[in-house]
Amino acid sequence: MADKSFFIDTTKCTACRGCQIACKQWNMNPGTKTYQRGSHQNPEDLSYFTYKLVRFSELEVEGKPRWYFFGDQCRHCTEPPCKMTAESLKLKAITMDEATGAVLYNPKVKVKAADFKQIRESCPWDIPRWDEKTQGMAKCTMCIDRIKEGLLPACVKTCPAGAMNFGDRDKMLDMAQKRLKEVKAIYPQAELLNADFVRAVFLVIDEPRKYHKFAAAVDTTGITRIATMKNFSYKQTHGTAL
Amino acid sequence: MIKYILDNNLYDEFYVKNYTNASYIVSPKYGFDDGLFSGYNPPKRSYDQSMWAIERDENGISKQDMALQNERCVFQLLKKHYSRYTFEKVTAITGTPQEDLEKVYKVYGSTGKPDKAGTELYAMGWTQHTVGVQNIRAMSIIQSLLGNMGIAGGGINALRGESNVQGSTDQGLLFHIVPGYLPVPRAQWAKLEDYNKTTPSTKDPRSVNWWKNRPKYVASLLKSFYGDKAAQDNDFCYAWLPKLDPAQDASWLNLFDEMYKGTFTGFFAWGMNPACSSANAGKVRQALGKLDWMVNVNLFDNETGSFWKGPDIDPKKIKTEVFMLPCAASLEKEGSISNSGRWMQWRWKATDPPGDARPDGEIIYDLFKKIQALYKKENGPFTDPIFNLKWDYETSGKFDIHKVAKEINGYFLEDIPEHPVDKKAYKKGTLVPSFVFLLDDGRTSCGNWIYSASYTEAGNMAARRKKTDPTGLGLYPEWSWAWPVNRRIIYNRASVDLDGKPRNPDRALLKWDAENKKWGGDIPDGPAPPMGAKGVYPFIMKPDGVASIFGPGLKDGPFPEHYEPLECPIEKNPISNQRINPVVKIFEGGLDTFATHDPKYPFVCTTYRVTEHWQTGVLTRWLPWLIEAEPQMFCEISQELAKLRGISNGDRVLVETSRGKVEAVAIVTLRLKPFTIAGQTIHQIGLPWHFGWLHPKDGGDSANLLTPTVGDPNTMIPESKAFMANVAKLTKQPAKKVKKA
Repeated sequence: MADKSFFIDTTKCTACRGCQIACKQWNMNPGTKTYQRGSHQNPEDLSYFTYKLVRFSELEVEGKPRWYFFGDQCRHCTEPPCKMTAESLKLKAITMDEATGAVLYNPKVKVKAADFKQIRESCPWDIPRWDEKTQGMAKCTMCIDRIKEGLLPACVKTCPAGAMNFGDRDKMLDMAQKRLKEVKAIYPQAELLNADFVRAVFLVIDEPRKYHKFAAAVDTTGITRIATMKNFSYKQTHGTAL
Repeated sequence: MIKYILDNNLYDEFYVKNYTNASYIVSPKYGFDDGLFSGYNPPKRSYDQSMWAIERDENGISKQDMALQNERCVFQLLKKHYSRYTFEKVTAITGTPQEDLEKVYKVYGSTGKPDKAGTELYAMGWTQHTVGVQNIRAMSIIQSLLGNMGIAGGGINALRGESNVQGSTDQGLLFHIVPGYLPVPRAQWAKLEDYNKTTPSTKDPRSVNWWKNRPKYVASLLKSFYGDKAAQDNDFCYAWLPKLDPAQDASWLNLFDEMYKGTFTGFFAWGMNPACSSANAGKVRQALGKLDWMVNVNLFDNETGSFWKGPDIDPKKIKTEVFMLPCAASLEKEGSISNSGRWMQWRWKATDPPGDARPDGEIIYDLFKKIQALYKKENGPFTDPIFNLKWDYETSGKFDIHKVAKEINGYFLEDIPEHPVDKKAYKKGTLVPSFVFLLDDGRTSCGNWIYSASYTEAGNMAARRKKTDPTGLGLYPEWSWAWPVNRRIIYNRASVDLDGKPRNPDRALLKWDAENKKWGGDIPDGPAPPMGAKGVYPFIMKPDGVASIFGPGLKDGPFPEHYEPLECPIEKNPISNQRINPVVKIFEGGLDTFATHDPKYPFVCTTYRVTEHWQTGVLTRWLPWLIEAEPQMFCEISQELAKLRGISNGDRVLVETSRGKVEAVAIVTLRLKPFTIAGQTIHQIGLPWHFGWLHPKDGGDSANLLTPTVGDPNTMIPESKAFMANVAKLTKQPAKKVKKA
């Protein structure tokens, strides 16, 4: 099985949230108690029970309203900092599937609150989540149990708009580059987010922060995250990790 | 847009002249002045439609001016009518800036070329108005002017609020039609002969007027209903059919108005939740208390079945006895649904329904058997139609949906040695190949003529799943089945020129093969050769055979005209002195109140839906993943209105009309902006109608507590999309409940 990736084209997303629901269904995650808070984004954030979340962002561009949708999820990094952090803490909670590149959490491995804090902070996209009750961690699994059977991830299978794509990494990167070229003709600011070192490549048409604080890799907190970023930039320049 | 298309000569001249009634001459009695068409009767609030007739010659053929110059021809009348709709006027009425109007007009107007197509997709945003039908008519005129009907990628396409709306109307759900769009019998048509006299007719030999075949479909339908009892010499038991009073309108709003007045005592709420879905739902909730009994058939309990314990209702004072019949969800039963493209798609059962829940078909089937038994035991009145209904849709004692599907297709009821259509022999008990073979003499049955050909001796056509696409246009002729006769695009003869050549050869929908004298591509609207100079017109269901730019059959006029909603923010209609549609029915008294141009209700209010919920949420509010995504009633307002009313994003607000109030959470959004209408700043608010008090407990209640009882004069579809309301911040705000994850 070849190295896999997602290509997430936010320009095609209609925020139907089929992906969010299909993810819950396949992973048998419960619906959590939510409230209307003045936004259609619900639940409010990713959680131990929510691996995929469409984030809504409303803003004005040249006097016209824009509504950005961002189907947030684990990026399945080529060099996952969460895994490195967990290993440095001697935790066997995080593995990488060799064939697909999927970064997998074992929710049965108990992680202390302080350790989890470090793991979460090491993620430039703020993805890892933890359950106080079970002390386990959880996030997007790339639907490893589906893709090993030749099926698409649940979120991709359900997407009616062409926003969610999945397949061999080279093909996905190819698709992403082609689409970027098309989109750039209308939105010159369009870009692919961290395409070189993630397996969930997002296409956006505006500054990533306007979609979501952690849409592109962010190194705002913690030494670990900064170290991770340095590692990435070194890799981008030298083609190998530090 | 009509004016723009005409002013800039963007219309498809060939199409307009040959395939529409633009060239027809209209009676000199037709007129229009200051918002009123000729023939208006103010006390009756209705028109004499005969004033708008098309002029015919001594042979009954419509008079025409192919040069489109005659001042009484449809084209010139159209030009005159819409000359009043200048950019300034339209901007003043709609609040849409002129540059945006122009942008849309220009792009859409560019589809008037034969190699371009434009499609119209609409939903309740267009229909739920007192001018709903005329909204769609306006778009039909545009599509006819641009030659966008009957072509690949064209058409007027309704996006449904429910996946089987098309199927339900096809099968006669509405009060005025029986299956296959046949009119419901009325008291003045006592005999079948009287009924058949209303069959559409034409004197023009070039008009196919397919509806002329109606008597065959009626006879075959009666044979399906009453089997051997129905015979030519007893009018096929036509007398047994229930009849409406001569001009009775038994549509939804009237039905609940009569229920409110106590006119009838029993009610089946079948897959419906009127306590939340109906306009002026507060009135409906009161009306349900006037009943002796109600049967609620649904997947879950809902606000209708439990109305007696709802807000502001004292159960002790309610006499209505409610029976709940749990039914199966779509995945728990077999059958078909029909989409807007008229594709009848078969669905298989994925799993058994839970508990006592049963498929609707089974419930109806057994219910009628019980009714029959009761009548036999207790000897009720008028038992003929009860005892003699052909009710044999079972196999080994169990309800069989395939038998229903076959009955809908129709059977030969006798051996037919030489069928008048193709001179071939057909055997008794076999399925008819299509409605073309239906007869008016009792030798065929058919439950719904438009579905005839869906389940034939070749099998269940709706169950087909072949993905071939010979035209390359995405017609997929062997994927499911489309009525009529698997035609994927109706009026497709309008896609070719007079010689049968595709007007857009790159997207050829239909093509005449002159050598072999047959059509290729989609199933044509009849086998007749190309129109030429003497052949048949393309719009075969219209009596004149052409598209009606001038539509003299509607209650509110032959051309669409702008009227304000019943409740509106301005005192005067900017285009005429007729503020509202002059022929709408005004419900007065009791819980029917209205407030127009009233400072107490200064904001335009509209209702809509979100993807996560279905209809009143009867199904989706119980699904944890969906209620997690859209948990509670909200009210969207602009930043400007929020400032005006001191409302912050996420505040709890009260929305109120003269009829009712609902609490909601404010979503302050950039997506709503104040309008400038007739020089005034007008704010708009919007609410979804998916919520109800029953579940979840903190979800809120229905937006239809706010909406008025008023409908389009042609369809009585309620005006839920524009009415007047107030919004204010509630003084009591709940403590912040959500912690950051």
